[in-house]
Amino acid sequence: MNTSLDIARQLILTPSGLAEKDLHNVLEQVLSHAVDSADLYFQNTHFESWSLEDGIVKEGSYSIDRGVGVRAISGEKTGFAYSDDIALPALTQAAHAARAIARSSGQGRVNVRPGIQGRELYLSVNPLQTLAEQDKVSLLESLDAEARKQDPRVKQVMVSLAGSYDVVMVVGSDGTLAADMRPLVRLNVSVIVEHNGRREQGSSGGGGRVGYDYFLQNDRGLGYAHEAVRQALVNLDARNAPAGTMQVVLGPGWPGILLHEAIGHGLEGDFNRKGTSAFAGRVGEKVASEHCTVVDDGTLDSRRGSLNIDDEGTPTQCTVLIENGILKGYMQDKMNAQLMGVAPTGNGRRESYAHLPMPRMTNTYMLAGKHDPQEIIASVKNGLYAVNFGGGQVDITSGKFVFSASEAYMIENGKITYPVKGATLIGNGPDVLTRVAMVGNDLKLDTGVGTCGKDGQSVPVGVGQPTLRIDGLTVGGTSA
Amino acid sequence: MPQITAIDNLTPNNTQLQDLVHSMLAEARTQGASAAEVGVSIETGLSVNVRLGEVETLEYNRDKGLGVTVYFGQRKGSANTSDFTPEAMRETVRAACGIAKYTAADEYSGLADAQLMARDIPDLDLCHPWGINAEQAIELASECEGVARSMDTRITNSEGASVSSHEGYRVYGNSHGFIGAYPSTRHSLSCAVIGGEGESMQRDYWFSVARNSADLDSATEVGRRAAERTLRRLNGQRLSTRQSPVIFSAEVATGLLSHFISAIRGGALYRKATFLLDHLGKPIFPDFVHIHEAPHIRKGLGSAPFDSEGVATCVRDIVSEGVLQSYVLDAYAARKLGMQTTGNAGGVHNLIIDSGKLDLKALLKHMDKGLLVTELMGMGINIVTGDYSRGAAGFWVEHGEIQYPVEEITIAGNLRDIFMSIIDVGTDIERRGSIHTGSILVREMTIAGE
Repeated sequence: MNTSLDIARQLILTPSGLAEKDLHNVLEQVLSHAVDSADLYFQNTHFESWSLEDGIVKEGSYSIDRGVGVRAISGEKTGFAYSDDIALPALTQAAHAARAIARSSGQGRVNVRPGIQGRELYLSVNPLQTLAEQDKVSLLESLDAEARKQDPRVKQVMVSLAGSYDVVMVVGSDGTLAADMRPLVRLNVSVIVEHNGRREQGSSGGGGRVGYDYFLQNDRGLGYAHEAVRQALVNLDARNAPAGTMQVVLGPGWPGILLHEAIGHGLEGDFNRKGTSAFAGRVGEKVASEHCTVVDDGTLDSRRGSLNIDDEGTPTQCTVLIENGILKGYMQDKMNAQLMGVAPTGNGRRESYAHLPMPRMTNTYMLAGKHDPQEIIASVKNGLYAVNFGGGQVDITSGKFVFSASEAYMIENGKITYPVKGATLIGNGPDVLTRVAMVGNDLKLDTGVGTCGKDGQSVPVGVGQPTLRIDGLTVGGTSA
Repeated sequence: MPQITAIDNLTPNNTQLQDLVHSMLAEARTQGASAAEVGVSIETGLSVNVRLGEVETLEYNRDKGLGVTVYFGQRKGSANTSDFTPEAMRETVRAACGIAKYTAADEYSGLADAQLMARDIPDLDLCHPWGINAEQAIELASECEGVARSMDTRITNSEGASVSSHEGYRVYGNSHGFIGAYPSTRHSLSCAVIGGEGESMQRDYWFSVARNSADLDSATEVGRRAAERTLRRLNGQRLSTRQSPVIFSAEVATGLLSHFISAIRGGALYRKATFLLDHLGKPIFPDFVHIHEAPHIRKGLGSAPFDSEGVATCVRDIVSEGVLQSYVLDAYAARKLGMQTTGNAGGVHNLIIDSGKLDLKALLKHMDKGLLVTELMGMGINIVTGDYSRGAAGFWVEHGEIQYPVEEITIAGNLRDIFMSIIDVGTDIERRGSIHTGSILVREMTIAGE
């Protein structure tokens, strides 16, 4: 069996006539300036998407993107240049641009070590080739039909399928030599329902680092169609959401976006090195109730946020962020780990070769507690039960975060009574987990839909959590 | 700093790009497509960030991309690449044709009508290369951050100041025989600083962006405003849940107008996925509201001589006397709706809402008591229903004067009601994007807090 490195060499270096000694020469040229370290990130990405509406597959697109990014680091300074032309002249030119960050009198040495074999968390298949084109089209058509037959109130169905196959190779002056083959697929169904002149939407989807056959297994794709229709129909009956601070019960799975926004970003190494995060300097302090243990785990099988190695060639790991309420550590890339005197945690990620790596989350979730979810709902006299969410956002400096519910219900005297319209929930990151009063025994991860944006760079991530009761979160509805 | 060589000799020149579009269209014809369109863009740039007086990042950008869409009758397929070698070009056309074998015939698909193509390409004065080198950019960013950090001892930390300069060239051509091209530049200066300590830290920022570097605000002005904005947020309080008038300051009021555009966009209309369905000719705003699109503003950040289908852009009213006059359509949506494209494939080009007579200070007086919103968070906007709920920060106003900063609250309502209850639009116009508006005063929204 070919290793990842062999495949990457064949796919990326061979067609360009590049050998590893050329790459070491380029790195040496970067190190002829006073830089501490340098790396080259090669990438070759195939991407496709198909979309259906009005019952027909109207659009499809395909793209290939390849290139190389050159980074030079000197203390807290970074020089960066890239090229979409993988060839020695372009690479050399990028190297000369990147090294300009430091004065021209370096004598760094390039370490050469044998390549590391990363984990094998997912198949190194090209997902675009896991289903014939006609079958991709048929899959979309079958979900359209399935959604429409659920209910006559379904008026519009949109289905999209996307897949990418990303081959990356990292070569660093510290001796790093690693490669990864990253499949990623995503299927989404959205519907518009209409009844008595009122229109509502619902959407559902999923995916991961798998082939398209994943959507055919266990009728997963059909499940998304059912779920999208169910959500939309619930919203047809939704009343105005409440406004004010109240007890909030969050369902399991995707509502874990709470953790991603409220504490995840604030625990990324760069913000803490710079002291710009509300969590800076707080390792060892209590930042959550004792019921809370939160991890960032890049090593889960086939998950959307998983990676065999991060984009700096560091193997991913399961990093404990909060243990029984105590802040244990941050997520790090190489540069920030070095500057903070800790080990990298495999969280150095970048959108592409044309972007600089930085500390990013992988799959972030809270471990299960001991309560039955029904018991948690029953414990609430008057509050909100939110089970589905759209996006979220955080101001890492003030710690304020929001996330927007797309499916929620009122809880009255321990019982779920009626659905309410989507509303934004707002809270304070360093404070919100101290209000977690009950943690369910029903840990669930999301279905594989998350994309995280930071500094204009998007990367796929996962989130998860068990059912949680938070005593005091502000719900931004209109009904006082 | 040492001398830095710019990367430019690997960038194809503009004539080569136009030739490339022609040869791609010819290749599509050779491979059997009945119609095709090709867009190519290249961009080069430089950006630096200086933090705490030291260079933090120095980045050289050099991007190029090509997209082709082919039609076989009413079937369509698309493909993209960043590889401009002849072999890759052929492969890209082949990939697009391969996809068109599997997509369904759609009676509404196809190029925009030939007679709508832009006939002459007006020079909108969008290209003003700065010629700044890394050293100069670093110096400018340092100056800007220095001003911000020395404004006040309560400025305790910094995310730095950035200078960026980008120059690009865009070509679009299709099998009607249309080919259009224009160069453009975009330069910016920004600064973000932090005030306070520990749990009471606040961050805010300011930026200036322009086609011509001479039109950028000075480093001193950007640094000063960044620091002022951070300082005024310190010691924010929460509010109790209440109903209140709200002023959206100009920089966040653009968001309200972008939601309006989302709701009258062709895709939302033909999918019946908007709360403004069938509102053409109906009042959406109070009768003093006038909104138009002005795509040909010289040096405008949203200006474009033609849209992404080659259709000539033109000045037109979208709302007059509060009544919706026109949708925002591309060729496909227009056909679906039995209408004509409005030249908005790719978005709106300089959307302008007329201002009233009051500046922000006078607007605060007019409101007397209420909330001035200066920051919005999250994506709690539902275009299907118009429901709106977002995280907010800003200032509580009484007797027409700012009293104290507020944070960790939400504002909510329905966009239909929000639009109809606009009381006034300020003269403090935000022009740093493709939507130009002054601050907007809204009669009442729900604020959720403690």
